[in-house]
This record gives sequence, structure tokens and C-alpha cells, in this order.
Amino acid sequence: MTEPRIAPPTTAQTRAQQTPSQTIGPFYGYALPYTGGPELVPGNHPRAIRFHGTVTDGAGEPILDALLEIWQADQGGALSRELGSLDRDGFTFTGFGRCATTIAGHYTFTTIKPGAAGSGAPYILVTVFARGVTHHLFTRAYFAEDSALHADDAVLSRLPADRRNTLVCVSEGIVGGAQSYRFDIRMQGENETVFLDFDA
Amino acid sequence: MSQNPVPPSRGNRAGSGPASQNEITAEIEEIEADAAARVAAGASPELQPRRDYAPYRSSVLRHPTHELVRVDPEEVERVSPAFGHTDVNVLESDLTIQHVGEPIGERMTVSGRVLDGEGRPVRHQLIELWQANAGGRYVHKRDQHPAPLDPNFTGVGRVITGDNGEYSFTTIKPGPYPWKNHVNAWRPAHIHFSLFGTAFTQRLITQMYFPSDPLFALDPIYQSIADADARARLIGHYDHSLSVPEFSLGYRWDIVLTGPKATWMESEDADD
Repeated sequence: MTEPRIAPPTTAQTRAQQTPSQTIGPFYGYALPYTGGPELVPGNHPRAIRFHGTVTDGAGEPILDALLEIWQADQGGALSRELGSLDRDGFTFTGFGRCATTIAGHYTFTTIKPGAAGSGAPYILVTVFARGVTHHLFTRAYFAEDSALHADDAVLSRLPADRRNTLVCVSEGIVGGAQSYRFDIRMQGENETVFLDFDA
Repeated sequence: MSQNPVPPSRGNRAGSGPASQNEITAEIEEIEADAAARVAAGASPELQPRRDYAPYRSSVLRHPTHELVRVDPEEVERVSPAFGHTDVNVLESDLTIQHVGEPIGERMTVSGRVLDGEGRPVRHQLIELWQANAGGRYVHKRDQHPAPLDPNFTGVGRVITGDNGEYSFTTIKPGPYPWKNHVNAWRPAHIHFSLFGTAFTQRLITQMYFPSDPLFALDPIYQSIADADARARLIGHYDHSLSVPEFSLGYRWDIVLTGPKATWMESEDADD
């Protein structure tokens, strides 16, 4: 606490002026999705995995206008500092992806399984935006085969078992030549996905 | 659920068809009074919109019913993807030069700075922007309301912030437009903004509005932020010093992201 602060003296003031969120609305489809957004690696990458699922609302209906972003470490657990998430060259792994849901509420990313970036279990950070969602929601997708690490994970270990499972992908084995993981997102109701608050 | 004649995402709380503006306004005022009473009783003002905000009908089935689980960000959340000038062409910040001709409408510039929760500039990060045209119509194919498309306006821009967190877009002023939340529902004119900080926890998608819009009090999306001071932070201000003679009107809008938490010092938070 003796370190000099980097912040200007107006900290209290500026902190209070945090700009609020507003819904993404229904009409981002021609603006935010981009070519290659869902493909963090090409499908023929030797370690490519399929990371997919369906987003549903409190009535169990698919949400056909959600936008998902994922952000993850590479296979060694490192976070990329490389440019090129928007203009992919097909070889540089940046760790960021963006995918809009289909009219069936479905999304599909092609990526690699991350390594653990810290002391906990590896996961993909998932951010959900949609019409009707006034403020985006964060969640994490963990992997069932890492269950030995889940018992000590700072987040999973705090959750009751029935809710913890909403953060763990269903492993579907090899589908179309790649390991497939399903991560369904239920915004509300039965098996409601655990959403996380990292707010400072 | 398939027997329900009202699509769930547009459902009325009473289940009896779309509400009137008066009913929506009454709901808005009731929630604002509730938020004000909480502040009067010592609670902090609500800085963010309510997730469960019934006047905005689409939120009814799309908000979590469980409290969010509060966790410390790990390294994944404490960093953010790097974007840069190889990702975004400098010309993408001008929405008026994307076609053969000039778009119809009131040409304007929107400029400002992106700051973090401690007032420090967010440098070299991505801002994306999208908006309706001057007639209130989006290029998006699901927008089918009978206002004209403008063949010279798409309404999409991107920019990378500068060394001081600054940004500037050249565009035209978007028009208000109708939507189907309730009978005779109209959105105030707005521009959608998407921002990244240095930590993924700072991610923000929001909307910038224009001063003195008569639709503010009627709009359940703007009003989903129950605190009047907080929602006023979404209004860009006319700034004559940013207006360019014979060319454009200038608006200034500074954007303050949260955190990043890694830099917080608890002992000083107590003074806030």
C-alpha cells in the first residue's frame, strides 16, 4: 500500500462515472460478426476442437440473436498478445473468437483446448450478449476430463454439484475428425447456467 | 409453450397482448421510485442496468434468476485480446466514405476518450460502432420497418484508440425508429458502441444517445438503468469546438470502463 498510485487525483470521481451497459439489441448482425470470427484455428488444425452449444431462454426456446465471444489461453496456458483476431492469417492463435447464434440458437467455434493459465483448471471464458440482455453475462466452460483439477478450482469448488455441472462441457468424442465439446447455455430456469461477476 | 400465442421473448407480464405506452411508463416509474428509495435508505446508486427489467419485455426470459457468482478474475480475465492497426484500417472510422456517394443525413463527428476505472486512458484498443441511418433504418435484414435504406450508408465503423485513449468517428446522425416492445414503442436515436479494455472484465457494449431526446422517458432500454445520473452518462454532448465549418457537427462522449480490478487498492476504495 506504500506504492505511489499511478492514477490521477480524481480517482473517486472517475470511478463513479463508469459508463453503464446497454443491450446489444437485435441488429448487430451486419456489424459485429466477421469472417473467421468463430475459427480460432482452421478446422484441419491437428489439435482443433469443436466447441459448440445452444443458447436457450427461460421458456427453453432457442435464442436466435445472441452473440458469443470466447477468450482463452493457448495449449500451454499462455494468453496471446498477437494481433490478428479480426484479420486472421490462419496460423496465428490469438485466443479470441466471436460467433452469432443461428436461427436454431446454436453456435460453433473451432479452437484448441486451452491449458491452465493459473493454478486452477483450464477453461474457456464465454461472454454472452443478446437482445433482452441488458448487461453481458460472463461464464466459463471447463472440461470434464480435468475433473481431478476441478475439486481445487477456486470457482468450481464453491458451487453446489448441480450448478457446477452447468460450467462443464459435455465431451462428445470425435465428431467429423475433431474432438467435440458441447456447452449449452441456459439463461434462466432449470439448469440455469452459472454466470460470473468479475466486477471491480 | 408452443400453445402460447405470444412469442415468449415478447410476452406481456399480464399475458394479454402488448402493453400501452402508459402501462410501460408506469412500470418504468415504479422501478425508478424503488431504486431511489433504496438510495435514500443508504444503498449505492445502481450504476448498471437491471438485468430483470420487465418494461423491456425481452429481458423477462433472458435474465438469470440466480445471483451472479462473484469471483476473483484469473489471468484469463485480467488480460484482453490485442487489436491493432493490422486489424483495422484507419478509413474504417469514417462511415460516410464507404460507398460511391454521400449518405443522406446530418453529418457529424463523435469524439472522446476511453478511460479505465481509475481515469487512465485505454490505449490502442478496439472500438466498434453500428447504427441506423438518418431515417432510422438498419441494414440488418431483420429490420423490416418501412423507412428507406440509404445505398450510401451501411452504418458500421471501427477504430483503434490512440495514445491518450482518444477516438473519433465521422458519421451521420441516426434517426429514431419504432420497435415492438409495446404499442407505439420508439427508440431514441442512438449509436451502438462495443469496447475492449486491457482486461476482459472491462468488456462493454452500450449505446450513445443525443441530448434532450423527447423519447428518453418512454424508452425501457434507456430507462433500464434506474439511476438518472448513471443513464445520463450515455448522452453525448454537443461540442461546438468539435464542429467543422461547412462540414459537420461535433459531439463529445467519453467512455469509462470498469476496473481493471488488478489495480485496485482496497484501502483507498473505502474513501470513495
